[in-house]
Amino acid sequence: MRDKRMSLDDVVGELRSGMTIGIGGWGSRRKPMALVRAILRSDLTDLTVVSYGGPDLGLLCSAGKVRKAYYGFVSLDSAPFYDPWFAKARIEGAITVREMDEGMVKCGLQAAAARLPFLPIRAGLGSAVMDFWEGELKTVASPYPASDGRTETLVAMPALNLDAALVHLDLGDKHGNAAYTGVDPYFDDLYCLSAERRYLSVDRLVETEELVKAVPQQAIILNRMMVDGVVEAPGGAHFTFSGSYGRDEKFQRHYVAAAKTPESWAEFKATYLDVSEDEYQAAVRAFATQEG
Amino acid sequence: MTDTTTSTRAEVCVVACAEIFRGAGEIMASPMSPVTTIGARLARLTFEPDLLLSDGEALYLAETPALGAKSPIEGWIPFSKVFDVVASGRRHVVMGANQIDRYGNQNLSAFGPLQRPTRQMFGVRGAPGNTINHATSYWVPKHNARVFCEQVDIVSGIGYDKVDPANPAFRFHHLHRVVSNLGVFDFGGPGHTLRALSLHPGVSADEVAENTAFEIAGLAEAGETRLPTEEELRIIRTVLDPKGIRDKEVTL
Repeated sequence: MRDKRMSLDDVVGELRSGMTIGIGGWGSRRKPMALVRAILRSDLTDLTVVSYGGPDLGLLCSAGKVRKAYYGFVSLDSAPFYDPWFAKARIEGAITVREMDEGMVKCGLQAAAARLPFLPIRAGLGSAVMDFWEGELKTVASPYPASDGRTETLVAMPALNLDAALVHLDLGDKHGNAAYTGVDPYFDDLYCLSAERRYLSVDRLVETEELVKAVPQQAIILNRMMVDGVVEAPGGAHFTFSGSYGRDEKFQRHYVAAAKTPESWAEFKATYLDVSEDEYQAAVRAFATQEG
Repeated sequence: MTDTTTSTRAEVCVVACAEIFRGAGEIMASPMSPVTTIGARLARLTFEPDLLLSDGEALYLAETPALGAKSPIEGWIPFSKVFDVVASGRRHVVMGANQIDRYGNQNLSAFGPLQRPTRQMFGVRGAPGNTINHATSYWVPKHNARVFCEQVDIVSGIGYDKVDPANPAFRFHHLHRVVSNLGVFDFGGPGHTLRALSLHPGVSADEVAENTAFEIAGLAEAGETRLPTEEELRIIRTVLDPKGIRDKEVTL
């Protein structure tokens, strides 16, 4: 069986500017942040991002990497809730958005996973979602009238086909089998099923035998067919949470505060972003010590 | 007997939020703030024992704990399955609102133009899917004319004037209540417009009118919101919210 181990920068080396990239996790929960940081270190740009957005989307916006975003929401999940860099990009009109209902993201990924052009869904009808999509979102009428002879017209959610998917899980092997260990798988399996190229980071890389002993079978949400590259990235979801550590609330607040002025952001960027992942993790440990 | 000297505005609001769920039966109650969460839990501990309540993350609670406290669980409800529940219709959500208009259109997305807003909030979240699939109510802890406005900037939750009567896909739309720090409302006014059902003790019709950008039906006739019973007060104060978190959310 193929050994799919790669480095963070190897993964980014396989991505191209202009790609449509799906980012797993949810809000500030189990985001592939180490992979996002690796994109920030690269010259990739002009990305279309599909996400249940959190600081992943925020950081990409901070570096001007995003041209277009498809999302159900963008949230940091704890105060102050609104991501400052996403907000700035929006207020400046720097990104085009295809905002949608949260359920439409799942629906669009399911369509892509099943290689369908669309799936019908009720969510979105009557709302501003139709306007956000500027003609890209259409409706479909049922060929089966109801018993009263009337016909339901629903949103035809288009497939969210991805060039690449980036996800982070707690535990995986070098072949791409992987499991979550928290309370929620989120939609990481669907992102992988919807993408041409699938990249996984894991907090802990283990042998297959250890993986299957460590978790219930139902928690192994990725199999080898769903993954092209595996990166061992301990703390790779930081400052969002993963199965084995909580969200770093202090650091997330630091991220938000740093976004307030160009000077504070320059300092944040120099300390945490213009550095390798190892240096990032060391700086984060120093921050935790300093903050007590 | 209880009276306004023994129950606070926040406690009146909690009971009004519990009343949102009266008759709901065996469905998932999804409150989105402390006061609405205390309300839903109060309903389950009193008149709606079959409600399903989650911890707000991924677990169904078997018991009805205090805010922030742990409870034995009875099931699993990760986000992916929440969307299945939404589509099934077996849910009643109580969302917040940055703006809400007379027909019940709600905004929690952003202010200003869609592609270049003046202020960014969450995006539409689950509001379009919630409002078209199952009962939806709103909780507004600070009732003012900026929230209760003539027209919302971005329609996240759909109002009655967005319903296409010729399209049966809209048949599950139902906005049940709006509870604010001033009163209890529904959309039973002419043409499904906001109507006052009751004002909280000490609130005048003038105060509500001054804090709402449009005319509210039935405002002059609205009675007084019922007070908590002794048992409800006991449950709120000693079981569900001993730390008084409710008082931080309700503006007087």
